[in-house]
Amino acid sequence: MSGKFQSLIMQAIIGGGLLAGGQMIGHGALADTTINALFMSQAAYSESDVRAMTADFEKANPGIKVNAEFVPYEGLHDKTTLAQGAGSGYDVVLFDVIWPAEFAENKVLVDVTDKITPEMKKGVLPGAWTTVEYKGHRYGMPWILDTKYLFYNTEILKKAGIAHPPKTWAELEKQAEIIKNKKLVEFPIVWSWAQAEAAICDYTTLVAAYGGKFLDESGKPAFQTDGGVDALKYMVETTDKGLTNPHSKEYLEEDVRRVFSSGDAAFALNWTYMYNMANGDPKESKIVGKVGVVPAPGVAGKSEASAVNGSMGLGVTTTSKHPDDAWKYVVFMTSQDVQNKYAKLSLPIWASSYSDPAVTKGQESLVAAAKKSLGIMFPRPTTPTYQQLSTQLQQALHTALLKSASPADALQTAADAAGGGL
Amino acid sequence: MMNGNWMSLRSWLLLAPLLALMTFIIGWPLAKTVAVSFTDAKLLGGDVHWLGLANYQKVLAAPAFYEVVWTTIRFVLISVGAEFLLGLLAALLLDQKFHGRGIVRALMILPWALPTVVNATMWRLIYNPDFGAFNALFTQLGLIDAYRSWLGEPGSALYAICLADVWKNFPLVALIALAALQSVPRELRAAAVIDGAGPWSRFRAVILPYLIGPLTVAVVLRIIEAFKVFDIIWVMTRGGPANSTKTISILVYQQAFSFQQAGLGGSIALIMVLISALLITGYVTILRKQGELK
Amino acid sequence: MERRNPWVSFFVYACALLLALFLLAPILWMLIMSVSSTNDLTTIPLRWIPEQIDFHRYIELLTVAENSAGKAFLASMRNSLAVATMATLGALLVAIPGAWSVSRSPGRQRLALYAVVATYMLPPVALVVPIYFALSALGALNSVFSLAVVYLSILAPFTTWLLKSSFDNIPQEIELAAMIDGARLDQIWRRITLPLTGPALATGGLFAFLLAWDEFFYALLFTADQRAKTLTVAIADLAGGRVSDYGLIATAGVLAALPPVLIGFFLQKSLIAGLTTGGVKG
Repeated sequence: MSGKFQSLIMQAIIGGGLLAGGQMIGHGALADTTINALFMSQAAYSESDVRAMTADFEKANPGIKVNAEFVPYEGLHDKTTLAQGAGSGYDVVLFDVIWPAEFAENKVLVDVTDKITPEMKKGVLPGAWTTVEYKGHRYGMPWILDTKYLFYNTEILKKAGIAHPPKTWAELEKQAEIIKNKKLVEFPIVWSWAQAEAAICDYTTLVAAYGGKFLDESGKPAFQTDGGVDALKYMVETTDKGLTNPHSKEYLEEDVRRVFSSGDAAFALNWTYMYNMANGDPKESKIVGKVGVVPAPGVAGKSEASAVNGSMGLGVTTTSKHPDDAWKYVVFMTSQDVQNKYAKLSLPIWASSYSDPAVTKGQESLVAAAKKSLGIMFPRPTTPTYQQLSTQLQQALHTALLKSASPADALQTAADAAGGGL
Repeated sequence: MMNGNWMSLRSWLLLAPLLALMTFIIGWPLAKTVAVSFTDAKLLGGDVHWLGLANYQKVLAAPAFYEVVWTTIRFVLISVGAEFLLGLLAALLLDQKFHGRGIVRALMILPWALPTVVNATMWRLIYNPDFGAFNALFTQLGLIDAYRSWLGEPGSALYAICLADVWKNFPLVALIALAALQSVPRELRAAAVIDGAGPWSRFRAVILPYLIGPLTVAVVLRIIEAFKVFDIIWVMTRGGPANSTKTISILVYQQAFSFQQAGLGGSIALIMVLISALLITGYVTILRKQGELK
Repeated sequence: MERRNPWVSFFVYACALLLALFLLAPILWMLIMSVSSTNDLTTIPLRWIPEQIDFHRYIELLTVAENSAGKAFLASMRNSLAVATMATLGALLVAIPGAWSVSRSPGRQRLALYAVVATYMLPPVALVVPIYFALSALGALNSVFSLAVVYLSILAPFTTWLLKSSFDNIPQEIELAAMIDGARLDQIWRRITLPLTGPALATGGLFAFLLAWDEFFYALLFTADQRAKTLTVAIADLAGGRVSDYGLIATAGVLAALPPVLIGFFLQKSLIAGLTTGGVKG
C-alpha cells in the first residue's frame, strides 16, 4: 500500500515538474514580443472570432505574438484593475464605456489622443468616440459600438393580430397584454435584470425614454426624480402584471437570448449580436427567420425612441512594456476591414461601413434600427466612482422589483448611499 | 547523551521554518491589514491619510453591514445545522449492516472530493430557471406547478445555496460520525441489548458518549469554515438578488477590490476576524475539554 | 447480533437507496449535460436522456491548438497541477520537522502549533490586501510560484497537524535506542521515522494536494492569465454568465473534478482515519 502511495506522489511530482518546465521552455522559444490582451467571453465577437482576428494580426505582424485572455463581463473591471498592480499584467484591455473616468483618474490606460490619425478621427462615427473619452482626452479606440434594441417574434405578433411593433413603451405593454391574454406565451417580455450591470443597461434605456437623468449639473444624483422613477415604475408594473418574465431578475443577456430564441418570449431587449444568432442560426435558435428588430421604444411627448450607450473600447495599459506593439494591435482590431468582416455580430464603428452592401446585406432591418438608435445613445453617468453608484442602483432596482420598497423610495435610498455608504 | 537545553533548542530549530513561514504569510499581512484599516488607502495607490477609527465607525453605523452579518449567520446556521442532522442520520444508516454498504460509503467521497467551484457551477446549472434539472424534476413529479427562479428570488436564493453547500459537506460530518460510531465497543452494544434498553436509551447511554466529541469538533470546524464562505456564493449569485446572499467575505471583496477601498475593506475584514476569533476560542476550549490540549 | 425485523430491513434499504440517489443525482446530471446537444439541453419539458451522445466538448477542451479554448483550459489545468504540487512539497518540507519536533517535545512547541493551526481559521479576506500589495511590489503577481507560496499558509498548518498525530504513534523507544547507538537525527529519520510514517506522509500529501486544487479566492485575485490562472478560476470564468453553452461548463466541471475524485476514492480508508485526527478540509 505504502509503495503505491509513494509512487503516486512521485508521479505527481515528476509530472508537475515536467509540465512546469515545459511551460518555461515554451516561453523562451516565443517570438520577439508577446502582448497580453484581456477580452470578455461574450457572443458579440465571440471568443473564436477574437482568436481568429488575433491570428490574422499575428500573420500580418511576424514578431508579435498575442495571448488573448477571456473573462466574463462581471470580472472584466476587477481583473483590469487587479492586473494593474501586477506590473506584468495586460498590455491591451477591453473596457466598458463607463470606465474611462475611473481608469483615467487612476492612470490605468494610456492617453492615446495624439496617436489617433486624422483619417481615424474622420472615419469613425462621432457618437462612437464618446466611448473612450474623458475630459477631452481619448484613452483607446471604440471597438464594439452597441446599444440595446427591441427584438420581437414576428410570428407571435402576427398570431396576436398586431400589425406593427410598438413605438412607445406604453404600446409595448398593451401589445404584451394582448399576447398574454391570447395565451401565445406566458410571459411576453424578457429582460436582463440580474443584479449586475446588465440591469442598469435596461434601466438606462427606460430612463432615456422617460426623459430622466442620472446626475444633475452639480454631479449630484438625480435618478430619484421624474424620469428615473418613471423608468423603474414601468419595470415594476410590467412585472406585477405578469407581462415581464419573472425570471428576468436572474437573467443576463445570454439567458435573454436563450429564452427569446426558444420562442418563449414575444419581446426582448438585447444587444446587436442577438439578431443574427436568433434569426439566422438554426443550431442556436428555434425561431430562425421570425425575428424583427427596431429601436427601443420612446414615451409619448418625451422621446421617439430610446437607447443606452453600451459600447466598449480597446485601450493600452500604462504598465505595458510594449505600448507601440499593443497600439498596433488595437488599431488592427478596430480597423474597418476587420470590423466589416465580422459585422454579423457587431456593427462597425466606421461611418462608411453602413452604406457598404457587404456589411448591410441580410441584416437590413438591423442596420436600419442601428442608424436611428446609434444616434440617440444615452450615456450612463461619467464618474470615477461609477462602480459604487451602479451597485447602489442595482440594489435599488431589485428592492423595488421585489416590492420591498416603492420605486421612489428605493431610488432615494440609492441616491443617499451614493455619497458613500457601504 | 545530549542535554535538555540542546534538545529544546533543536526542537525549536526544527519548528522554525514553519513558524517563520506563518509569520511571513499570515502574521505580517494581518498586522498590515490592521494598519491599513485606519487609513483611506486605495487599491491602486495614491495618497494615504490616517483616518483613525473613521472606517470602523462608518461600517458599524451602516445598516447594510448588519444585513450582511445576518445573512452570513443565517447561512452558517442553516448549512451547518442541516449538515449535522443529515450527516448524523447518514452515519447511523451506514453503521447498519446491509448489502452495498461499501458502495454507498464510497459514494460519500464523491461530493467531498468535488472542488467547491465545480460544485457551485453544477448547482447553478441545476437551478437554471428555464433549462435546469431542478425545475424539470419537481414539475414532472408534480411538486411545483410552475418553473421558479430559485437563485433569482431573495426568498429562495440563500436556501438554494445552502442546499448546494450541504450536499457537498454533509458527507464529511457523516464520515467523522461513522468513524466514531464504529469505535463503540461491540460488547457495550451487546450488553445494552441484553439489558433490554430501548433503541433511544441505548443510543443515549452507549453510543452518544462516543459520538459527541468528534461531532463537536466537526461541527465547530464547519461553522468556522462556513463563516468565511466566499467561493460558492461568488459563483452562484455574487451576492444577489437584492443582496439576499451577500456575506461578509463578499462585502469585503466588493469594497476592497471592486471599489478599491482597501482601507474600508480592511476594517470590515478585521471585524470579521474578531468574530471568528470568538469562534476559534470556542473551538480551542472544546479541544481542551477533550484533553487534547494539556 | 439481533435479528432484524423485515420492516426494519426494508426501511434500511429504502434509506440507503435514497441516500445513494441524493449523492449521485447531481453528478449524473452534470455528466449527462456534458454529452448532450445544446438543443436537447434547452428543450422544455427537459429531455433527460440525450438523443445522441456527443463527446465533442471533451475533444474541444482537451485539444491544444494555438489560441483555442482547449489551450486555455489545459493551461489552467497545468497551472493547478504545478501550484498544487509545489505547495504540497513545500508544505511537507516544513511540516515534517515541525510535526516531529512538536510530537517529541510536549512543551511550548505544542502551544506554538496550536497557534499555527488556529491561523488556519482566519478568513483569507483579512490577509489578502497586504499580500496583494506585497506581491505587486515584488512584481510577483500572476505567477504559479507566488501562488504556491501563498497556498503554503493553508497547507502547512494542516499537514503539520496530520503528521504530528502519526508521529505520535511511533514508539519513542525505537528512536531513543537508535540515538543511544550513536545515530544522527537525519539517519534516524531516514531509517526509522519516515519509513514508518510512509503511508501517513503520502496521505497527508494527497490531502494537501486536494486543498490546493480546491482553492479559489487567492487564485481569483492573484492570477490574471494563462501563465498562472488555475482551474477553479477558469471554471468560474466559464460559468460567469455570458456564455450559455451549458454543456461546455458541465464538461469543464467533470474534467476538473476527475483528479480529486479519483484521489478521494483511492484514499477512502485513510481518509476516514485522517478525518478523525483533526477534521480535514472544509
